[in-house]
Amino acid sequence: MTTEQIYAKLLPIVKTYLPEDVSEEAIAADKDLTGELNINSAHLVDVVLDVEDEFDVEFANADMENLRTLNDAIAIIKQKLNIR
Amino acid sequence: MDTKFENILKRLPYQEPFLFVDELIFISEEKAEGLYTFNPTAYFYEGHFKEIAVTPGVILTECMAQIGVVCLGIYLISKTDSENSFKNLHIVLSNTNIDFLKPVYPGETVSVVSKKEYFRFNKLKCAVNMLNSRNEIICKGTISGMVKISGDEA
Repeated sequence: MTTEQIYAKLLPIVKTYLPEDVSEEAIAADKDLTGELNINSAHLVDVVLDVEDEFDVEFANADMENLRTLNDAIAIIKQKLNIR
Repeated sequence: MDTKFENILKRLPYQEPFLFVDELIFISEEKAEGLYTFNPTAYFYEGHFKEIAVTPGVILTECMAQIGVVCLGIYLISKTDSENSFKNLHIVLSNTNIDFLKPVYPGETVSVVSKKEYFRFNKLKCAVNMLNSRNEIICKGTISGMVKISGDEA
């Protein structure tokens, strides 16, 4: 799976939890999910649970601490799936 | 009461007039059950409603959340971190989805039964039922909240 393919699968998940006052066009791989896209901490957990289902991976507490942006999510997913 | 229950109740961050837990009767990592009797002189009955006193749905929800999510959350945290002082316990309600089926009148005792759906990354989601003394379902649904002990920075 390429970075682009992973990103394409992450996009609808993030859109689900995006607050109404943030435009979907604002989503980008380097945006801070909570700081810039205004996803609250409870919804960030929902994002991770959906990502786990979508990619059949499991996030550890340390992964959660490292998760700020979609680029981070892609890196974590690649690492879990052993994609270089 | 069991000291296990006492230890949870004393850590609840509520007091009168907004404490809606009298006692716990069961707790495990998967399930919590507790009781509450609505005080007939509670302040909200003066206004809800003008003509007849009925317990507000938001108060029933609060009772379900205090027993079902907060008590269970405190227990789950105590399981993973037994040294914790609970001085910096932070609780945030994040989502509720409740159906209300029967009214609760002043003085009624209700039981709340909560089953954990998941507790991950500090978010606890539970399926919660409230029952009356005839074992009829008063209200049921899901409640989730963030339950965590924060560091000194918060």
